[in-house]
Amino acid sequence: MIETGEILQTMRMIQEENFDIRTITLGINLLDCSDSDANRCAQRVYDKICKKAENLVRTGQEIETEFGIPIVNKRISITPVSLICQEDPMPIARALDRAAESVGVNYLGGYSALMHKGATLADERILASIPEVLCETRLLCSSVNVASTRSGINMNAVREMGEIIKKTAEMTAEQDGLGCAKLVVFANAVEDNPFMAGAFCGVGEPECAINVGVSGPGVVKVALESVRGQPFDIIAETIKRTAFRITRVGQLVAREASQRMNIPFGIVDLSLAPTPARGDSVAHILTEMGLEMAGAPGTTAALALLNDAVKKGGVMASNHVGGLSGAFIPVSEDIGMIEAAAAGALSIEKLEAMTCVCSVGLDMIAIPGDTSASAISGIIADEAAIGVVNNKTTAVRIIPAFGKKAGDRVEFGGLLGYAPVMPVNTKGNEAFIARGGRIPAPLHSLRN
Amino acid sequence: MTKALISVTGLDTTGIIASVATKLSEMNINILDITQTILDGYFTMMMVVDLDGAKMDFEEIDKRLQPVRESLKMTIHMQRMDIFDAMHRI
Repeated sequence: MIETGEILQTMRMIQEENFDIRTITLGINLLDCSDSDANRCAQRVYDKICKKAENLVRTGQEIETEFGIPIVNKRISITPVSLICQEDPMPIARALDRAAESVGVNYLGGYSALMHKGATLADERILASIPEVLCETRLLCSSVNVASTRSGINMNAVREMGEIIKKTAEMTAEQDGLGCAKLVVFANAVEDNPFMAGAFCGVGEPECAINVGVSGPGVVKVALESVRGQPFDIIAETIKRTAFRITRVGQLVAREASQRMNIPFGIVDLSLAPTPARGDSVAHILTEMGLEMAGAPGTTAALALLNDAVKKGGVMASNHVGGLSGAFIPVSEDIGMIEAAAAGALSIEKLEAMTCVCSVGLDMIAIPGDTSASAISGIIADEAAIGVVNNKTTAVRIIPAFGKKAGDRVEFGGLLGYAPVMPVNTKGNEAFIARGGRIPAPLHSLRN
Repeated sequence: MTKALISVTGLDTTGIIASVATKLSEMNINILDITQTILDGYFTMMMVVDLDGAKMDFEEIDKRLQPVRESLKMTIHMQRMDIFDAMHRI
């Protein structure tokens, strides 16, 4: 029998410490929708999504009501559009947005291209259309994989993405560059990620799958309050126990959703995903460990411990773990990160170091609007190098804020939050980025 | 068996347990366990119940508790027990 104290603990986690299921993401394979006629392809895509995801939102709401746990987002991830698009991608993009709207999901991810080794004609078409698509559609998210540990870094794609990010920011300048918040550049992208903006349904995935992302930085922070001043062994153990509990609920929700929709369970993503709300911050877990602010010396070590303990605790709690699995450090979506960036405690360089030890990368960072495309490409290349060499997923989601300079503020609203514009190193790198070609895959022996 | 936890919290008054239990009995919901305390006049009760006897879905049961909530002016929250089992038992 469950004891009263345990019941109260669970209730407190949900009601006071912002514990929630961040997302139920339904992965849908669209390979069978491909057609040489763009409009016919768009119609097939629309029909299939509407049919497969018909009950997604209602099922999510039922589980929310019955188990008393908020499920913040219901989302869809699809086969990268570059794999099904043989013609003009615009009709497909519009159909995807309409389908997402019609089934009532919060976002649909997979307007994507995988070009870590090189680009197909379809990849090029997708890339060229990204700024317009992200400007015109509301719910569509886009991602591009430009590097992998096995194939190296596609520097042509890196160069193009610098320009595309800039153009997307310009076209959505009135909304502070919101389009760029829906665009991620990956190295080692994963196929079963439930989190946006980088979710897509990889080719190794089944016809459909339920992937769940959990969240609860507030719960971890509160748990650590009870072990103030204790050594790191105790900190790690406390985080592991908390992550275990959080993930067990994620597994329960995933199993229920899978049974009710009669769709196989894919993975639980062991993540700590913050929101801009107070008490829901990953940065504040780091400050609870004894740092004045995120970015203070010791931050990378604190984050490494946190990330590792979350995985160790979570992995025991779920049948299948996957996705990005780790602590997220988006700047605009985390009140502690926003405060640290505004106070000058965090720089892009420090964030880059932090991404070496956690999931996922340079995330939701606003940069001055006059930052050159080649500087953005340089940031992408640096981040991709970290991922490729260390055999991990890294990503860049940065937002050039048009007409704004370092210290100004951008507002995205909702879960995307707000952020101070952070300065970028202005030394030139045009000749470096202009080279193009491919940085070869790293050697994976002789490791030192 | 579909077990649920019903928590009832609010200012103490007469007949709280009676009202909730009567409503549950009307819906043929069996009470498996009750704990109850009063702290500084603040009433807290937790009931573990078996929903299988009720011939209606979760949402309907919750809806029918609404008049009890209103007449007692208490917070009544119902959720499936599975979430507590998942979190606290291996």
